[in-house]
Amino acid sequence: MTALSPSLSPPARRLPKPFSWPVLVAGLAIVAVEMTLGAQVSEYYLLLAYIILQYVVLSTGWNILGGYAGYVNFGTAGFFAVGCYTTIALEKLAAVPLPLAILAAGVVAGLIGLGTGYLTLRLRGVFFSIATLALAVVLQTLIVNWSFVGGSRGAYVMRPDAIAPFASYVQYLLVVMTVLAMVAVLAAIAIERSWIGMGLAAIRDDELAAEASGVPGLRLKLLATTLCGAFMGMAGAPFPYFITYVDPPSAFSLAIAVNAIAMPLIGGTATWWGPVLGAVLLGFTQQVLTVTISSAANLLIVGILLVVFVTVAPTGVVGITRAWRGRRA
Amino acid sequence: MNFSWDLLLNAVTSGIMLGGFYAAVAVGITIAFGMLDIVNIAHPAFMVLGAFLAFLSINTLGIDPFLSALGFAAIAFVFGRYFYRAYYHFFERRGDDSLQGLAFFFGIMFIVEISLVLIFGVDYRLIDLPYLATTYEIGIVQIPLRLAAPCLAGVAMLVAIQFYLSRTFTGRAILAVAQDLEAVRFVGADPIRTKEIAFGIAMASAIVAGVLLIIIQSVEPSIGREFIGRAFAICVLGGMTSLPGTLLAAMILGIAETMTSTFFGPSWSPAVAFGLLLLTLAFKPSGLLGR
Repeated sequence: MTALSPSLSPPARRLPKPFSWPVLVAGLAIVAVEMTLGAQVSEYYLLLAYIILQYVVLSTGWNILGGYAGYVNFGTAGFFAVGCYTTIALEKLAAVPLPLAILAAGVVAGLIGLGTGYLTLRLRGVFFSIATLALAVVLQTLIVNWSFVGGSRGAYVMRPDAIAPFASYVQYLLVVMTVLAMVAVLAAIAIERSWIGMGLAAIRDDELAAEASGVPGLRLKLLATTLCGAFMGMAGAPFPYFITYVDPPSAFSLAIAVNAIAMPLIGGTATWWGPVLGAVLLGFTQQVLTVTISSAANLLIVGILLVVFVTVAPTGVVGITRAWRGRRA
Repeated sequence: MNFSWDLLLNAVTSGIMLGGFYAAVAVGITIAFGMLDIVNIAHPAFMVLGAFLAFLSINTLGIDPFLSALGFAAIAFVFGRYFYRAYYHFFERRGDDSLQGLAFFFGIMFIVEISLVLIFGVDYRLIDLPYLATTYEIGIVQIPLRLAAPCLAGVAMLVAIQFYLSRTFTGRAILAVAQDLEAVRFVGADPIRTKEIAFGIAMASAIVAGVLLIIIQSVEPSIGREFIGRAFAICVLGGMTSLPGTLLAAMILGIAETMTSTFFGPSWSPAVAFGLLLLTLAFKPSGLLGR
């Protein structure tokens, strides 16, 4: 397993550049809108936008491993909770600024992803998936038993006062989550358009053949697993300030476990905008439905949608629109 | 952590009894995952469904759970056959049964769990069988019938399935499917039908395990998730395709868990299975009795 052979690296002119300027501009435009409108609209809309952007980060993170490499991470809620509890633990120790807490959460969750991957990724992919399922249970056991971060009773987190250019702390959280979503999407695009994404796609299609043609399989998979875990952890880091009271059931929430998988699969796993589309569509629908019907019934709908899509439309919304456009052309 | 011999002996005894029940949970995983290569992570969710069916049948119809388990198992067997046929139609036939198939079972697990929440709520449910209330004492070792009976039933089920697999034509065809799908065709067995029957057996075993579960402990809809790690750890440690291996691994996990909960506290026992799974995957992925 040495460096990638030159024959595999793509000819530069045929692929778009790994760095996507349009996404950066769009992200900054959203931040500008949030800065100007954030103080005027009702807080409900800020919370709604925050939740949807959080799902963009989670499903993009999931898709880096699940969509590009074909390895299913069932432990999203666990990684998300690791991010939450990193913030809480840091907050109990000292007044750590949020961006620093997010970085710390990314490192901790990324290392957990790396460790799980290192132990299971050399075997068949299903073992990794099963390990992540069990990992979420174990992490929850750890947190329930760890009284420093509140244990099973949960922990209250004080929202700090608003920081200078922002009208409220919620607005600040929203801008932070927007930047995080932008970074996650940019990272996903960079992976998709570089030799890393090609290597991961080769692994997804035929792992043995990929290894044989010089793709450093284990190292690429570990990179994807680490990034996947890190983004999920970072998505969870601001969450304690968002809901101000965190207990194990809310951090290891069922909604996050199922949405992180349902959103990329319903949107489409092949491209970076599938998970983004899935997160926006499903996230928005759920927020509307939660007001009208109970949240449990809401999750039931997500579960049914997930099953319907993987059985009938495995390429997701993106795949359906592509096929439809292809037929018209 | 206070150590004493009678604590240890009691921990081992209840570990063995727990192991018998775990064998009942894992036997379906060994068949579906080990032999048929179907990663049915919804198996524990169906088990919890079985537990609630037993709860309903004793509380509304007054039918003894051991008796109703047989009826439910028969229904689950038929359901499992159709379920596999659908799975085959949508995933195996298309050849993309890894990512989509996993997500499919995850979705099914979720639907079963949330449906139970919507119907029964999130409260813990327990059934009380007066004839299992006695506890035998042999020396310093205590044997509560509430644990011993599910253990015996679980082991009996595993032994019965093992006999079926090794003594009948269809049973041997199932074992053959696990080894070489193409070769099964040559000896005149239909591999799809064979896998259908095997998956039906696995589904029936999940329901029976659920009935045993609600005899042992109180049950709430999401409790199945604790058993995913356990069942797969047992299956892998046992050697994937071996039912005797499953029984042995179930006993090992049962003893390890009761030891942990006796000496470190019961809240740590869900972590034991994960540790065992990771250790097995890292050091002996072929399992104890694997080929």
